[in-house]
Amino acid sequence: MSGFDTRAAAALADPLLKTAVERTAGTAEAKRTLAVSAFPDFDAARTRAAAIKDHVIAHLGHYLEQFEANAIAAGAQVHWAATADEACRIVIDLCKASGAKTVARSKSMLGEEIGLPHALAEAGIGRIETDLAEHIIQLADERPSHIIWPAMHKTREQVSALFKAKHRTPHEEDSIAAMAESARRELRDRMLGADVGISGANFLIADSGAVCTVTNEGNAELSLVPPRVHIVTAGIEKIVPSMPHAVHMLRMLARSATGAALTQYTTFYTGPKRPSDPDGPEEMHIVLVDNGRTKMREEGLADMLRCIRCGACMNHCVVFRQIGGHAYGGTYPGPMGAVLTPALDGLAPNRDLVHACTLNGKCQEVCPVRIPLPTLLRGWREKSWREGLEPTSMRMGLGLWAWVARRPALYRLVTRLALRAMRLMGRRGWIETLPLAGGWTRHRAMPRPAASSFMAQYRKERRP
Amino acid sequence: MTQQVALFVTCLVDLMRPRIGFAAIRALEAAGCDVIVPQGQTCCGQPALNSGDHAHAAALAKQTIEALEPYAAIVVPSGSCAGTIRCHYPEIFEGDADWLPRAQAVAAKTYEVMAYLDEVLGWKPESISIDATATYHDSCSGLRELGIKAQPRRLLKAIDGLRLAPLAGEETCCGFGGTFCVKYPAISNAIVGEKADAIDATGADLLLAGDLGCLMNMAGKLHRDGSTVRAFHAIELIAGMGDGPAIGEEP
Repeated sequence: MSGFDTRAAAALADPLLKTAVERTAGTAEAKRTLAVSAFPDFDAARTRAAAIKDHVIAHLGHYLEQFEANAIAAGAQVHWAATADEACRIVIDLCKASGAKTVARSKSMLGEEIGLPHALAEAGIGRIETDLAEHIIQLADERPSHIIWPAMHKTREQVSALFKAKHRTPHEEDSIAAMAESARRELRDRMLGADVGISGANFLIADSGAVCTVTNEGNAELSLVPPRVHIVTAGIEKIVPSMPHAVHMLRMLARSATGAALTQYTTFYTGPKRPSDPDGPEEMHIVLVDNGRTKMREEGLADMLRCIRCGACMNHCVVFRQIGGHAYGGTYPGPMGAVLTPALDGLAPNRDLVHACTLNGKCQEVCPVRIPLPTLLRGWREKSWREGLEPTSMRMGLGLWAWVARRPALYRLVTRLALRAMRLMGRRGWIETLPLAGGWTRHRAMPRPAASSFMAQYRKERRP
Repeated sequence: MTQQVALFVTCLVDLMRPRIGFAAIRALEAAGCDVIVPQGQTCCGQPALNSGDHAHAAALAKQTIEALEPYAAIVVPSGSCAGTIRCHYPEIFEGDADWLPRAQAVAAKTYEVMAYLDEVLGWKPESISIDATATYHDSCSGLRELGIKAQPRRLLKAIDGLRLAPLAGEETCCGFGGTFCVKYPAISNAIVGEKADAIDATGADLLLAGDLGCLMNMAGKLHRDGSTVRAFHAIELIAGMGDGPAIGEEP
């Protein structure tokens, strides 16, 4: 069994995981449906969102330079990182230069992608995860299983037990409100005492140099404004030309992610504290990370750079809904993760991800930026085939089938014999076990085929 | 004037359930078509295409194009095979000056059978009756690649005595996915298990859909679970063949 198969089997055997995923994804699906139906012409809005991102991705250099110039003009410092390691090094150096002992981190998938939590630990810098779900993940010493609900794989009952085991003064009453209070007691004073605040970015706005974050807990604001230094790590594809474009994308993001019209907190950070500001960091650093994105653009994955990380594709994915996010094994799970992970971590160790999909097209249907995810997955499958990564049994089986299917007369003969053999294995209409098709008959019966094929019957009946 | 149409039977119908092909012929003939079954056809190449085997997908696509291009219209009793020809053949031959125009020409005149009967011919079944409650699953490729949703329901509503019970999650994949179901059997099983439960919960006598692969998956699971729901391709009922054996029944 591959690593994916093993992880998927463990996930399928975990009834609590199924409950947890279904609660959150099911609610998100229902709320998104309502939000989209209440939106005047959501399909046109999707087309516009896709066009905005396509334009930016096609002129990435232009907008990045514009963003850099405006961010610098606002007083921020801009750093460029080609790789994950380089990005981490820049962040660690900035933390060390400011003498930071602890950093408050506001949830960022890019931070996960570049391995920032690990890099901070190696550098001996304390890390406080301030997003509630990331706090849960940190307490449990796990990795996020969903890009907007990192602790989606846990039930509230499991979280309650975790808080009781790990919090200094945990809740007593088992209510959501009491649990939230327990997390607040645990986090608030430590957040306020952090030396550096680190965030990602939902959008980078080129014509102002502003960085936009969205949260539902206000944790970004509380972890980014009080510390002396604010460090942003952002993928270079996060750029939008101007505020009206950002607002359009925000409308798409919130509705697609949770079905809300807007997140509770939407904040634009433009440079560090100005002399007239009552508060804010003294330094603001923005680390712009490539980590394979330029290569993706050049190698047929430009469509994927439109992604705004809303999670709608995974919320609506029949496979994700069964196995959750950890089974995918990468930073990003679900359909978007199945496309991104081979680009970030290599195709060979991740070939399962591009195949563990029924190509049903639901993800593309709900994507707010119209990413043709099934087409991109087919592209990976082609590459996997070309590079000889597919198992020999699969290559031989399909090759033999295609060879025979290209010779119609031989095909009729071979299939006639195969049908006869198949019929011998069944009784009363069904075949309960079928050699070479155990994957099918382990879980379901195979209908017994008719005595002769359509073509044979048709020729017999219709021959003039 | 009778409309001449070519039937692309699909390999699965050819081998596993020929009566779907005969049902398609019967309905098309009732609608006034002259149905021809081109002899050079086998498989459209979808399994190769979805496995990343571009060379074999292209070879089978060429054979299928050659078999079907002489005809004015091509009708297919499967949303996913029709979708392969309509949507993916032109992609397969992108940049191929010889084959792209031929692929596009065949794609433009290829129809899923129920969409053809309803949308192109404006036909409805007449004096066909069955006393049963059916539930309908929207197979994904037909639904999302070809927009097949209302057409089968309009045709089914014209059958006397047939009641349609809505299926919760009717647009949710059944977990078949071609080779997916044998490559990832446990995941596929979890998905089809939920689908089978939803089908049972409708209280319907019959499960209908437009793709034999999905139907075999759902019917095989329902049978294994001990359900009494009987599965048919919708065209079988539309052609008045709903009184025959369901999938997995023998006459």
